[in-house]
Amino acid sequence: MADSVQVAVLGAGPGGYAAAFYAADLGMQVALIDEEKNPGGVCLYRGCIPSKALLHVAKVVDEARHAGNWGVTFTEPSIDVNKLRAYKQGVVDKLTAGVGSVAKLRKVKFIQGRATLTGPKSLKVAGASGDTELQFEHLILATGSHPTKIPSLSLDSRRMMDSTSGLELPDVPKSLLVIGGGYIGLELGSVYATLGSKVSVVEMTPGLLPGADRDLVQVLEKKLKKLFANIMVNTKVVKVAEEGQGIRVTFEGDVADKEQVFDRVLVAIGRRPNSKIPGLETTRVKVDQKGFIETDPQRRTAEPTIFAIGDVAGEPMLAHKASHEARVAVEAIAGHKTVFEPQAIPAVVFTDPEIAWCGLTEAQAQAEGIEFEVAKFPWGALSRAITVDRPEGLTKLILEKSTGRVLGVGIAGSGAGELIAEGALAIEMGASAEDMKLVIHPHPTLSESLMESAEVFFGQSTHVYKPKRK
Amino acid sequence: MTEFKIPELGENVATGDVTKVLVNVGDTITREQPVLELETDKATIEVPSSVAGVVKEIRVKKGDKVKVGAVVLTVDAPASGNGDRAAAAKTPPTDTSPSLDAPPAAPQSASAPAQASASSRVVPMPVRQTQEPAPAPAAAPLPPARPDGRAAPASPAVRRLAREIGVNINDVQGTGPNGRITQEDAKEHARRILSSVGSAGAVGAGTLARPARQLPDFSKFGEVERQAWTNIRRVTAEHLSYAWNAIPHVTQFDKADVTELEALRKRHKEQVAQAGGNLTVTAMLVRILATAVRKFPQFNASIDTERGEIVFKKYVNIGVAVDTDRGLLVPVIRNGDEKNITQIAVELNQLAERARDRKLTPDDMSGGSITISNLGGIGGTYFTPIVNWPEVAILGVSRGAIEPVWKDGKFEPVHRLPLSLSYDHRVIDGADAMRFLRWVVEAIEQPFLLSLVG
Repeated sequence: MADSVQVAVLGAGPGGYAAAFYAADLGMQVALIDEEKNPGGVCLYRGCIPSKALLHVAKVVDEARHAGNWGVTFTEPSIDVNKLRAYKQGVVDKLTAGVGSVAKLRKVKFIQGRATLTGPKSLKVAGASGDTELQFEHLILATGSHPTKIPSLSLDSRRMMDSTSGLELPDVPKSLLVIGGGYIGLELGSVYATLGSKVSVVEMTPGLLPGADRDLVQVLEKKLKKLFANIMVNTKVVKVAEEGQGIRVTFEGDVADKEQVFDRVLVAIGRRPNSKIPGLETTRVKVDQKGFIETDPQRRTAEPTIFAIGDVAGEPMLAHKASHEARVAVEAIAGHKTVFEPQAIPAVVFTDPEIAWCGLTEAQAQAEGIEFEVAKFPWGALSRAITVDRPEGLTKLILEKSTGRVLGVGIAGSGAGELIAEGALAIEMGASAEDMKLVIHPHPTLSESLMESAEVFFGQSTHVYKPKRK
Repeated sequence: MTEFKIPELGENVATGDVTKVLVNVGDTITREQPVLELETDKATIEVPSSVAGVVKEIRVKKGDKVKVGAVVLTVDAPASGNGDRAAAAKTPPTDTSPSLDAPPAAPQSASAPAQASASSRVVPMPVRQTQEPAPAPAAAPLPPARPDGRAAPASPAVRRLAREIGVNINDVQGTGPNGRITQEDAKEHARRILSSVGSAGAVGAGTLARPARQLPDFSKFGEVERQAWTNIRRVTAEHLSYAWNAIPHVTQFDKADVTELEALRKRHKEQVAQAGGNLTVTAMLVRILATAVRKFPQFNASIDTERGEIVFKKYVNIGVAVDTDRGLLVPVIRNGDEKNITQIAVELNQLAERARDRKLTPDDMSGGSITISNLGGIGGTYFTPIVNWPEVAILGVSRGAIEPVWKDGKFEPVHRLPLSLSYDHRVIDGADAMRFLRWVVEAIEQPFLLSLVG
């Protein structure tokens, strides 16, 4: 006799567990299925969380090194990799166990194992303790994504890492090549560089962080040029080969040394959706050419009983997008009138300085032919930034020219990831530069930069003299 | 390179005149963006694009007469999927599937004669091209974008409220700074739609924009099959919901002795058949009603709530509800008061044939004074027909039967026809309605009266 639930959720990442919990809160019987012991997914186990634990440590090390400028000199830190790894693991264990216990409190049936769909209303799970058959009224697919692999960079060697093995922190290699100048590569590269590795980054396109506005990236790039041994853009890796004490890498493009040897190589060239779900063919769910499951604005797939959320349901592959979609899908199941219609999904690169943006980028606004104006506030005029010796930041608003409506916000600087939430709120609320300018921001904080950039739009910023041109 | 062709504009509308071209070569257009203003004999319609991309070529110009299927423009379409995904974060993706939330198309089918009066109105028209894949069941509603392509300036809570009360946020006029939409604006918009009784602008909008309640999952109870609404079905639904909501209906019943009428009918049947007509009770009732509305002008009227006036019509056109395989159609016999019953019978035959062959034009179905719905051929005693707005009355006819009637101290068998008169109580009082119905009954019972006083 198969178990039966109202909602089954496949994949217990930040999309899946959010969906399961919310469905339970709405009074549904819920099963949550994942291969790990606890909910958490890539985010908690192999992504956001462990990387942020390591980046925090890196930031402390970096600040200690800079303290010399302020008259406090520390000796070079000695890094105990095992202890650092244990700290990171502790963070992961604590959070995943926490989520697991919350699942229990909500009476969500957590099933550990690998699921195979057997039709639009049933699946089976192969677990350690045998197979479980499960019938459901609705299923939410939240199977996430995995690091992209390409054959030319696939080499069976312990020296080759992807983001998952990179986060395991096997050691601090003398030299590390990061393939891919996206946020994953730059975050992990920063950790290794701060811990003492000589890090090189290679990026195929003309710049780091494709998709982000260049003025924001420049703020980070300035720092990374000091932190990293080498940043190679417009360059492609054509071959990797194990050789004695390292990996010999062959480059093609704007780089002088076409062959270099590294202790380790980290491949961070993006992620692919996990849409090869066993038994998916027993349903009408459709997968597009890029491997994303096709959904409607409520995240319902072509099979009416099945929804898909998170990385497997499309870009951007971000945890907070997945959690929001989770609520949309669950509300749709509960019969609410709801759709996924965000105006702003914040993106954050957790390097130091951080880069964060939401809504339209300047480049997108240009491409869409919108009449807009950019109001920028450089942190050199921001008292809080000066007090912490981080004047390199930049805050900018992309504003509709005629109304001053906030269409996009971009921030580069220490703590940008925390600041961007105000930008997202402004965009979602349909706020204008005037609204942002009229909200009293606490002094002295970095958040004042948002208020002051709004003042720049009116040519009235207290700390920037830039009269508005008529 | 993708072509955008004139989509189906509605039942029986095959051509239109281009009154405005809203895009230029080189423009980047999005799906659902209006690209053309077309004038049909029903209304002026903004035709939204079903393709997205950069306009390469525009093949129509102002003043052109275009047919459904004609190529309007070609675009260099962006790679599919790719752009849509990336755009999702900043603008809600445009949904191409129909939904109950979307503002309904301007009622196109002529089964709703009312729309002729709305010809000066420009209505957004979520038209689908027929080759688009069938929508997923329970497709999620995303309202069509605003003309400027920007999202409506409304907070997430306001957007949700609007969706819940069935308002397309992109239609709402914001009263806040820079047009920001408040909760009150969304509610006010809903109130306006629901209360705009009689105002032409609200036809359709007042019906389908009402909050739709969530359907249960029928598959829980057994096998189901889903079929798309035909255009004619949808327009009928919109029209009838509107009429039902707008008009305070009263229905009164009576019976007419049709012994003499039947005798007349049988006597002249052959004669009319030779002229190419079918001498039916309906044909005879058309003539009787035509005279009746001349006698009782408030039955040949419409209410203009916007201007606070009653429109009395000097013409007499009688609508006749026809049951076709595609659904309900109401062709109109023009100037019924000036035609004899033979002419009416012949004309009814022609209209019925055109209805079957799908050749009725919008003109054939508009401009009625009052409507007859005769279900007597099928059966029934009485029913409560819905007034065919903007008319104010409709006569329902059921099946006649021989009944015992108390006459001169004994029961006599009498052939009686049940009649149901529904009317708009705003312009017609109950007593007047009863007088009207009595007049009709007497005209049926004494057909000679028609020529005597009619």
